[in-house]
Amino acid sequence: MVASVTSLGRNGLYDWLIQRVTAVILASYTVFLLGYLVLSPDLTFAQWSGLFGHTAMRIFSLLALLSIGAHAWVGLWTISTDYIKPAGIRVCFQAACGVVMFAYVVWGVEILWGL
Amino acid sequence: MLVSIYRYNSEKDNVPYMEDVNVDIPEGKDLMVLDVLHLLKAEDSSVTYRRSCREGVCGSDGLNMNGKNGLACITPLSEVVKKDKLVLRPLPGLPVIRDLVVDMSMFYKQYEKIKPFLVNDTPPPAIERLQSPEEREKLDGLYECILCACCSTACPSFWWNPDKFIGPSGLLQAYRFLADSRDTSTAERLADLDDPFSVFRCRGIMNCVSVCPKGLNPTKAIGHIRGMLMQRST
Repeated sequence: MVASVTSLGRNGLYDWLIQRVTAVILASYTVFLLGYLVLSPDLTFAQWSGLFGHTAMRIFSLLALLSIGAHAWVGLWTISTDYIKPAGIRVCFQAACGVVMFAYVVWGVEILWGL
Repeated sequence: MLVSIYRYNSEKDNVPYMEDVNVDIPEGKDLMVLDVLHLLKAEDSSVTYRRSCREGVCGSDGLNMNGKNGLACITPLSEVVKKDKLVLRPLPGLPVIRDLVVDMSMFYKQYEKIKPFLVNDTPPPAIERLQSPEEREKLDGLYECILCACCSTACPSFWWNPDKFIGPSGLLQAYRFLADSRDTSTAERLADLDDPFSVFRCRGIMNCVSVCPKGLNPTKAIGHIRGMLMQRST
């Protein structure tokens, strides 16, 4: 048993599951957005804004935003533990990733809700 | 045939180097790589490698041959030699003791972690603990592992974290005991594997499956362990 305090769930199965579930959410979101763009060739700003004003779309977008945060956290944490051997640099890298991801999530929420 | 062999003697050499040797292969014979090593040793007795059974049972002569891990004794030249050249290196990722001999301590430490023995706290029966043919069948494809380390040393996850990731060989063995109907410590075994490294550092690239000289499938066993962990914790 290897204890780890900086991984997302501090548990291998939890991180693994989160990585898979968020991947499915992100894939669905991407496919949905691409599909929407392909199926609406004469897209206007009002239509686009209307789409993101819809409650279901806001929930879906927030879900995607949180998913990308969690997905990136698990992924970058894994990369850092593989390749960055000095503990000091590794913790700094992980902390920096955490701050950047938190900033992006908050910024994303502001964009979505500020529409 | 040109054989390029990894040489390192800590008493003489500052750094390892590759030595090129021309070896005459007898016409019309498909020798095994181990036979070529014997020919090399006949010329230069300082060439060092491990070997014992010379028939793929003991797992001593795991090597990297033209970039792929395998057992020298059961790898025919026809399968491995390209452009009349054979490059022999020690198993990657483990410290080299001398020439093709590596220090396997880290590998065995991971094996030790998974408690590779039956644990059963019920009173032993008079003769032996019986299994049905179906229960016994579950161990097929698991018990055959000879601990040659070809798989674990072909695994990048093991290269980066040999102290934390159990590695394909250890995990195949872990599942061998999880799947055994006579073992009663399944819960404890699973609890020991639940962290982000021991099992979950496997990224499923299947190098282990591609190199296993016994044709075993550690990735599948790791999948089964994940399934058992899921069943237990969700």
